[in-house]
Amino acid sequence: MNLTLHVWRQNGPKDPGKFEVYEAKNVSPDESFLEMLDEVNEELIKAGKEPIAFDHDCREGICGMCSQVINGIPHGGLERTTVCQLHMRMFKNGDTIYIEPWRARAFPVVKDLVVDRSALDTIIQAGGYTSAHTGGVADGNAIMIPKPEADYAMDAAECIGCGACVAGCPNGSAMLFTSAKVSQLAVLPQGKAEAARRVNEMTGALQECGFGNCTNHYECQAACPKGINVKFIATLNREYLKSMF
Amino acid sequence: MILDGKCPTGPIEKTWDKHRFDMKLVNPANKRKYKVLVVGTGLAGGAAAASLGELGYNVEAFCYQDSPRRAHSIAAQGGINAAKNYPNDGDSIYRLFYDTIKGGDFRAREADVWRLAQVSNNIIDQCVAQGVPFARDYAGYLDNRSFGGAQVSRTFYARGQTGQQLLLGAYSALARQIKAGTVKMFPRTEMLDLIVVDGEAKGITVRDLVTGEIRSHVGDAVVLCTGGYVNVFYLSTNAMGCSVTAAWKAHKKGAFFANPCYTQIHPTCIPQHGDKQSKLTLMSESLRNDGRCWAPKKKGDKRAPGEIPEEERDYYLERKYPSFGNLAPRDIASRAAKEQCDDDRGVGPGGRGVYLDFAASIKRLGEDTIRERYGNLFEMYEKITDENAYKVPMRIYPAPHYSMGGLWVDYNCESNVPGLFVLGEANFSVHGANRLGASALMQGLADGYFVIPYTIANYLARTTPGKVKADNAECKKSVEDVNNNLKKLMSINGKKTVSEFHRELGRIMWENVGMARSEQSCKEALKKIPALREEFWKNVKVSGSGAQFNQDLENAGRVADFLEFAELLTRDALYRNESCGGHFRVEHQMPDGEAKRDDENFCHAAAWEFKGVNAEPELHIEPLKFENVHLAIRSYK
Repeated sequence: MNLTLHVWRQNGPKDPGKFEVYEAKNVSPDESFLEMLDEVNEELIKAGKEPIAFDHDCREGICGMCSQVINGIPHGGLERTTVCQLHMRMFKNGDTIYIEPWRARAFPVVKDLVVDRSALDTIIQAGGYTSAHTGGVADGNAIMIPKPEADYAMDAAECIGCGACVAGCPNGSAMLFTSAKVSQLAVLPQGKAEAARRVNEMTGALQECGFGNCTNHYECQAACPKGINVKFIATLNREYLKSMF
Repeated sequence: MILDGKCPTGPIEKTWDKHRFDMKLVNPANKRKYKVLVVGTGLAGGAAAASLGELGYNVEAFCYQDSPRRAHSIAAQGGINAAKNYPNDGDSIYRLFYDTIKGGDFRAREADVWRLAQVSNNIIDQCVAQGVPFARDYAGYLDNRSFGGAQVSRTFYARGQTGQQLLLGAYSALARQIKAGTVKMFPRTEMLDLIVVDGEAKGITVRDLVTGEIRSHVGDAVVLCTGGYVNVFYLSTNAMGCSVTAAWKAHKKGAFFANPCYTQIHPTCIPQHGDKQSKLTLMSESLRNDGRCWAPKKKGDKRAPGEIPEEERDYYLERKYPSFGNLAPRDIASRAAKEQCDDDRGVGPGGRGVYLDFAASIKRLGEDTIRERYGNLFEMYEKITDENAYKVPMRIYPAPHYSMGGLWVDYNCESNVPGLFVLGEANFSVHGANRLGASALMQGLADGYFVIPYTIANYLARTTPGKVKADNAECKKSVEDVNNNLKKLMSINGKKTVSEFHRELGRIMWENVGMARSEQSCKEALKKIPALREEFWKNVKVSGSGAQFNQDLENAGRVADFLEFAELLTRDALYRNESCGGHFRVEHQMPDGEAKRDDENFCHAAAWEFKGVNAEPELHIEPLKFENVHLAIRSYK
């Protein structure tokens, strides 16, 4: 199939940036979206032009590196799918596709479709851990964790930190991302001791990094390639309230 | 030269404890005077940087990704082994040790493997303490499952995302140290050279991938945790950025490269769909717990799987290896699948595939149980192939997955260059010629959390902190060399893209030095690789400039290194005149087609010394002694 691509090109954070139009020809339906872009890039390189910069790495839908807004939707809008797992069979011959970077105040553009997501690391550094020292910890079975709690923690822990929730949110909020880590650790006995401090410091970091607040649009959940549930934002809020008493 | 692995002597059970006591310590007040550079922040690097920071050393950590959370360790799905014997099925440290030595086809050091098995139990405890949500049963106890190459259930897992959860555990421990100021993190930074001063590793030269700046970092020791090199085959299960670059640069500065021809071919990958493919995707080996491998008995049978009656199917693993069946180790399962396809009984487009069938398990356990166990894998399979594996069997084919070779290290994880430590997949130490399932995560974390914190002290205690300053002549020279190399790449302005060269190299490697090799095919590759390399340096086209974010240039540097490394890998394959593990030389096979080892001549690690790009490397041997598990023919029948 043949496609028309409108791709956001931007040289750096201070460059105004604009859409450029490219043709993608003879695209196989079995290719992934990124493989389609690889081929467009090969053509650009051969024509002496700069290829489109985009982030990607594992191409298995787990590293969270790939980050493109496709036709207005982070990761392209196929439920629970990262860009690297989006396949061209989802498109039709003659389609026009718009490709943009994550757009949020906290994510400055590095180049083209690549943005700087280090603010998400800053949030984790604020308290997204248990303060366990290496070595000398108790046996793994010494503290039992009932299956429902373990499953709940795992549901939250599935977050891949791609930032689609931020890109999808009209407020540029990172509440879903933050709530996933807060919820995972708050439900486990290992994380409970520090729960109050954690939720305070992580939500503090949210504001300092320039993320917006949650106003219940649920766009984050719709955009999340791992299907992280907004119920964790409710847990975050509850943990935050609890921390005040 | 006969290499000394510096293994402790005495009863194997006491080796690690004795060694830990014998090693020197660094006084807590002195630790902050030392700076350690950790390159790569996956399981091994993340765990090492976090542990060393927590101990009080100054750590600088580097990764090429935008965040340490993206390291490729994240993609290991199946699980992590430990000898806890929670299921009461006869497991022990000794059994894990035994299985790993045997699984590695007697090409790993006993003492290293013993230590791995011993600390495996600490790893689980450590990860639980970090809040890793391992699977639990209804009573609240940790759950286990079985995995290829073992007859006990010793694999701990977190749904199908174990690697992700363990990496996030190490990443969060690292985040805690970054906050505390003991670790300074440099993401989007790639190591392009090792700085050796007076014979000791004292720094690295890096490229800031955002600004293009080339600069040196000096420290008192360098710890490389940069993963594996199987992207030399172009198509592999590794992430796109995985490269041999850091290890190769260290090799060029004197570090020996051991057993580079040992690469693992994983049996359960989704088959290739076309020639435009960039990457292969692995399906977890745990699927073989409930999936049955089969191929049609009749050659060229093109019927849909559902139309092939039971008696016309060959459940070849169950037939050939009755005691391990579908859980045969990876090299055995891979080779068996290739045999079916070579015999014209492969399935799917191009006939490069066999079935992994869940029909029997779904009938026995119900679709819900299968969904609970492997749901995310089935989803992933459907996204890639557009097939519903609950209804039709999956198709799988072997693919390059993991490197067992790597930089040579002694028992302390120290290379032959003093002060250069190598951990995880980047070193050669514990897997031998083959890796059993759920053991890579174990090695990464063992090295990072429980080995390097002790062994690096033994080196640092004997070295004065801050011996080398940033204005050292070696640093300047290194920056200059790196700059010149990049300038050269940018100036060629030829006709072929970097990816075209990489694909061509991959084809040469897979066809000649892949799952089956011969003297002739290796020699063929040794003719083609230097020619391709020469063409690369005359005809590659790299776009943009070096002073900016430039992914094409990053890639060009990595492929340039693969073009040199590929030759070493092939030389090693040619030299190793035996079959063992996943490394199969067609000249050496048993009458039934199993791999035939030659213990008399090859029971050693082959460590190569760099002598120049177009010169023959020099071989050094480290003999391997087997005092606890006796050399025997590996049988899974």
